Amino acid sequence: MKAHKPLFSQIPKSPTIDKVGVEERVSRFQTRSIKGTAKMQGLSMVLSMIDLTTLEGKDTPNKVRQMCYKAQHLHDFQDGLPTVAAVCVYPTMVSIAKDALKDSSIKIASVSTAFPSGQSTFDVKKSDTQFALDAGADEIDMVISRGKFLSGEYNFVFDEIAAIKEICGQKRLKVILETGELANLDQVRRASDIAIHAGADFIKTSTGKIQPAATMQVTYTMLMAIKDHYDRTGIMVGMKPAGGISTSKLALHNLVMVKEILGEAWLTNEWFRFGASSLANDVLMQYMKQVTGKYQSADYFTID
Amino acid sequence: MNILKTYKIYIAGQFPRTESGRTYVVNDAAGNPIANVCQSSKKDIRNAVQAARKAFGPWSERSAFNRGQILYRIAEMLGGRKAQFIEELIQQGQTIERAQIEIETSIDRIVYYAGWCDKFQQILSSVNPVNSSHFNFSVAEATGVVGVLADEQTGLLGLVSQLMPVIAGGNTVVFIAAEKSPLCAITFAEVLATSDLPAGVVNIVTGFANEMLPTLAEHMDVNALYLSNASNEIVKSTQLSAVDNLKRVVVVNEDWNQEKAQGIAFISSFQEIKTTWHPIEQIGGATSSY
Amino acid sequence: MTDSNNTWEYAPSLEGTSHIQLKEKYDLFIDGKWIKPSNNRYFDTINPATEEKLAEIAWATEDDVDLAVMAARKAYVEVWSVMKASERAKYIFRIARLMQEHAKELALIETLDGGKPIRESRDIDVPLACNHFFYYAGWADKLQDAFPQRNIQSLGVAGQIIPWNFPLLMAAWKIAPALAAGNTVVLKPAESTSLTALKLAEIIEASGLPAGVVNIVTGNGDTGAAIVNHPDVDKIAFTGSTAVGKLIQRAVAGTAKKVSLELGGKSANIVLEDAPIDQAVEGIVNGIFFNQGHVCCAGSRLYVQESIAEEVVRKLKQRMGSLYVGNPLDKNTDIGAINSKEQLNTIEKYINIGINEGSDLFQVECDLPSKGFYCRPTIFTNVAQSSVIAQEEIFGPVLTIQTFRTIDEVIQKANNSPYGLAAGVWTDKGSRIFNLTSKLRAGVIWSNTYNKFDPASPFGGYKESGFGREGGLHGLEAYLK
Repeated sequence: MKAHKPLFSQIPKSPTIDKVGVEERVSRFQTRSIKGTAKMQGLSMVLSMIDLTTLEGKDTPNKVRQMCYKAQHLHDFQDGLPTVAAVCVYPTMVSIAKDALKDSSIKIASVSTAFPSGQSTFDVKKSDTQFALDAGADEIDMVISRGKFLSGEYNFVFDEIAAIKEICGQKRLKVILETGELANLDQVRRASDIAIHAGADFIKTSTGKIQPAATMQVTYTMLMAIKDHYDRTGIMVGMKPAGGISTSKLALHNLVMVKEILGEAWLTNEWFRFGASSLANDVLMQYMKQVTGKYQSADYFTID
Repeated sequence: MNILKTYKIYIAGQFPRTESGRTYVVNDAAGNPIANVCQSSKKDIRNAVQAARKAFGPWSERSAFNRGQILYRIAEMLGGRKAQFIEELIQQGQTIERAQIEIETSIDRIVYYAGWCDKFQQILSSVNPVNSSHFNFSVAEATGVVGVLADEQTGLLGLVSQLMPVIAGGNTVVFIAAEKSPLCAITFAEVLATSDLPAGVVNIVTGFANEMLPTLAEHMDVNALYLSNASNEIVKSTQLSAVDNLKRVVVVNEDWNQEKAQGIAFISSFQEIKTTWHPIEQIGGATSSY
Repeated sequence: MTDSNNTWEYAPSLEGTSHIQLKEKYDLFIDGKWIKPSNNRYFDTINPATEEKLAEIAWATEDDVDLAVMAARKAYVEVWSVMKASERAKYIFRIARLMQEHAKELALIETLDGGKPIRESRDIDVPLACNHFFYYAGWADKLQDAFPQRNIQSLGVAGQIIPWNFPLLMAAWKIAPALAAGNTVVLKPAESTSLTALKLAEIIEASGLPAGVVNIVTGNGDTGAAIVNHPDVDKIAFTGSTAVGKLIQRAVAGTAKKVSLELGGKSANIVLEDAPIDQAVEGIVNGIFFNQGHVCCAGSRLYVQESIAEEVVRKLKQRMGSLYVGNPLDKNTDIGAINSKEQLNTIEKYINIGINEGSDLFQVECDLPSKGFYCRPTIFTNVAQSSVIAQEEIFGPVLTIQTFRTIDEVIQKANNSPYGLAAGVWTDKGSRIFNLTSKLRAGVIWSNTYNKFDPASPFGGYKESGFGREGGLHGLEAYLK
C-alpha cells in the first residue's frame, strides 16, 4: 500500500504545549491505582512489549546470544509468561541475533543511521540501514539529525526519515527523536509530527545514551501527536519510550497513559514497545509477587 | 441688588438644568436667599449613572501617571479660584479664617491624592508565593461606578476628601451634593470642567437626598456607595437598597478638617483585588541558574 | 504477538475505611466542651454515594448559638485578644500539624460525607486545609507588618457560615485567618457535610486551644440565621449562594457587623485559537468537572474561538470518555457522587432546561452505581448567551459551550454576567493574556490553568460574587479593623 511520497508541506501546524499543564496531566495518570487482576494483566502486557536491548561499544556475539536466550526464557519457573517483543542491537549483531532467535517469533530490531549521534553522511546512514536489513533485521530504529532539527532545517530531517523509510519498505521503521536533546516539549511535538508525516511506523523517545530519556511528559507529548494524526487520518502509529523505564510501576503508568489517550487498540506490542534492558526483571519480580504473595529477591531472576 | 445665580448640575461634562425643571432656594446662614439650585430627579440620577458608566472604561484604563497629572491639574485650577470658593463658604456660614483654611486644606488634599494615583497599586498589590509552579500576583482594580452622598458638614473639603480618592483609584462618580450647602459642589464642577478631567468621570447633582439617594442606591449599574457622617437611618436604608446587586457600601465617620483624614485606606475601599495565575515552565529540568 | 483485541480494565481500588473513627452522635462544640443541643434534636448525615447514614448531628438552636457566642466573647476578652501574638501563632501551627497527622482520616471522612473522590480529598482538599493553617499561623505575630499604614486591631467574635462543597477546606479558610488576626470564632458547617468540621473540633480540642476560641455549631439555615442576627457578633463571614448572601446583607444592614461574602459565579473559560490546545482541554475538564462541578468558581461557561471550536469540542468529548464516574472511595474515580438529592434534582432540572432550550446535549455513556446520587459529565453545545443554562449557576458537572470570533466579543460576553468570581484564559501569547486578564471583571484569573488554589493566593469576587478576599495577605483584611 505504498502511497505517494510524503511531502513536508503537508505537515499540519504543531500545537503549542504548556509544560506545567502536561506535568499536571501526567500526575493524574500516576495516581491511577492498578491492583489485582488488572496488575497481573498489565505486567504481562509490559513483558510482551519489551524490546530487550543491548547497545554498547563492548557488545560481543556472546553477549547478544545470551540476551537472545533470555528473551525467549524470561522466567521458566512460571508458566504462561509471554516472551519479549523484540531484541534491539547494533547492525553488526543482527546476524548473530537472527541465528539465536531462529526458532522464535521474537523480532530483531536494529539501530541504524549512525546511532546514537546520527552525525554522519546521508550515504553512510542509508548503507547502515541497508546492511541491517540485509542481515535480517525486522525493524529499524533510526535516529534523527538533532543538530539539523535544532538549527531549523526541518526539511532535511523530514527528507532523511522519508529516505530511510523508502529503504525499509514493508519493514517497520522506528524514528528516535532523542528528546533529551530537543530542549522542550514544543520541539518534541514538532519532531514527532515531522517523523510521523515522513513515514515513521513508530516514534521513539531516546537512544538511551542521553538523559533525560523517556519521561512521562515526553511520552505524553508524543502520544498526543500520534492521537492527533490518527484522528485526522485514521492511520495508527506506534510508540516506543526508551531509556529510564526500569520499574514496573513506571511501565504500568505508561500503559495507563496509552490506554487513556490512544485507547486499548494500542495496548499490544504491535503498537507499543518499551526500549529497556533492566525492566524485564523488575516486572518479573512484581509478577511473581502477585502469584506467590511473597516479595522477591533479584538473586532468583537471571540477569541475562 | 445682587443677582441670584442659578446653579446647574454637572453631567457628562455638561451643565444641564435638571430634567425635572425644578429648583430650590439655598439660603445663607441668616436665612437670606443666595442662590437657586437644581432639585434633581430620578432621571438626572439615571443620566449621571449612564455618563459615569460610559466614562469608567477609559478612565480606569488610562495610565495611572496620567490620572495623577489630571488630579494635580484640578488642584491648580482650584487654586486659581480661591476667592470664589471663600466667598461661597462665607455665604454658607463659614468665618473667613475657616474658609481660608478649608480651601487651602482642600487644595493640599487634592495634591495629596494626585500623588497617590500611580503609587497605591504598589502597596495594595502583591506577588504571592504559591506552592506550585505558577506565577501568582494580585493587583488592585477600580470597583466601577461609585455613588457618593456628600457629607453635610462641609461644603468643599468633605466633597474633595470623598471624591479624590475614589477617582484617583480609577472609579467614576455620581455625587449627590450637600443639600444645604451645594454651592461649592457646583462651583467645583466648574473647576473640574476646566481641568483635564474627562467628561463623565465625575457627575454632580444637587437636590434632596431623600429623593435621589434611594434611586442611586438601588441602581443596578452602580457598584459602590459612599456615605460620610450620615445618620444611622440613612446608612441602614442605603445598605438595604444596595443588596440587590451587592454594592459595596462604605461608611466613614471622619472629621475632614483633620490632617489625618486622608490616606490609602480611602482609596483601597473602592478597589477590587484581582489575582492572576500563570504557569512557570521549568525549562531544562532541574538545573538551577545559580 | 499478543491478540489485537485487548481490553484492560482497572480493577476496583477501594480506600479502606476501617481505621476511621466516627461517633454515632455528634454534639455541639462550645466553650471547649461537647454539649447536647438544647432541644435535644439531631439530624442524620448520610453518605451521598450510598445513601447510608453515617452519624447523627446536633441541631443547634438560637439558645445554643447564644451560648457559643457568649463563649467566644469570653474567650476573646479574657484569653485570645490579650495573648501574646507569637503564642497565638503557636496554637495555630499546632492545629496545622495535628491536621496533617490526621490527614488520611480527614480525607476519608470528607469523601464519605460529601461524595467527592478520594483522590481529590486526599490530594487537594486536606493538604490545602492544613497549609491554610500553616500559612496564617505565621501571620499572627506579623499583622502590623502586613498593614504598616494603620494601627491594626482584631474585630472580636466572628460568625462564620460555610458551604458543603469543600467542607474542611472552607472551615480552614474561615478559621485560620480569623484566629491569626486575633478573633474568636463561631462556625457553622453546612447541614449535609458537618463531619470534617466536627473532626476538626476534635483536633482543636486535642491541640489545647483555649476553650471558646473556636466553637462549632451544627444545624440548618435557622442556625445560620441565629449567628447572623446575634447582636454580639462583630463579623460575619459567609461562603455560599448569592441568594443567601443577599439575605445576610439585609439582615446586617444598619448594624456595625463587618461582612465578607464569597458567593456564586458563572465563570467564563476562554480558549483562543493559539492556545496550547491539549492543556486547554485538560483545563476545561478540570474547570467544570473538578469536585463534580460543585465549585463556585467552576469554569462553567466555555468560550472557544470559532476556528478551533470543532477540534476543541471533539477533544473534550474524547477526554470525557476517559473520566471514571463512580464510587468516591475508589482511588481511580475522577467524578464522585453529587452532594445531595436536592442538588442532583437542581442539576437535572437545569439539564432539562438546556434540552428544552434547544441546546445539544452530550453526556458520557458510563454505568452509574445503582444507589447514591450521580450525574454524568455533561456538556451543551449550540448554546446562546441568553440561554438560561449559560446564565445561572448550576453547581454541577454541566458545561455550556459558546463560540466567538474576536477578542473584543469574548471580553464583552465574559463580562456580561451579574457575577465576577473567576475566569480562565488560554493563549500562547503573553501580551494577549495581559490584555484579557486586565479586562475581565473577575477576582481570580487563571491563565493557561484553571481551578488552582493556594493559601497565599487571594480569592474572591467582583460584583454579585461577593466582596472581601480569602487567602494571602489580603485575606487578613477581612478580620481586622
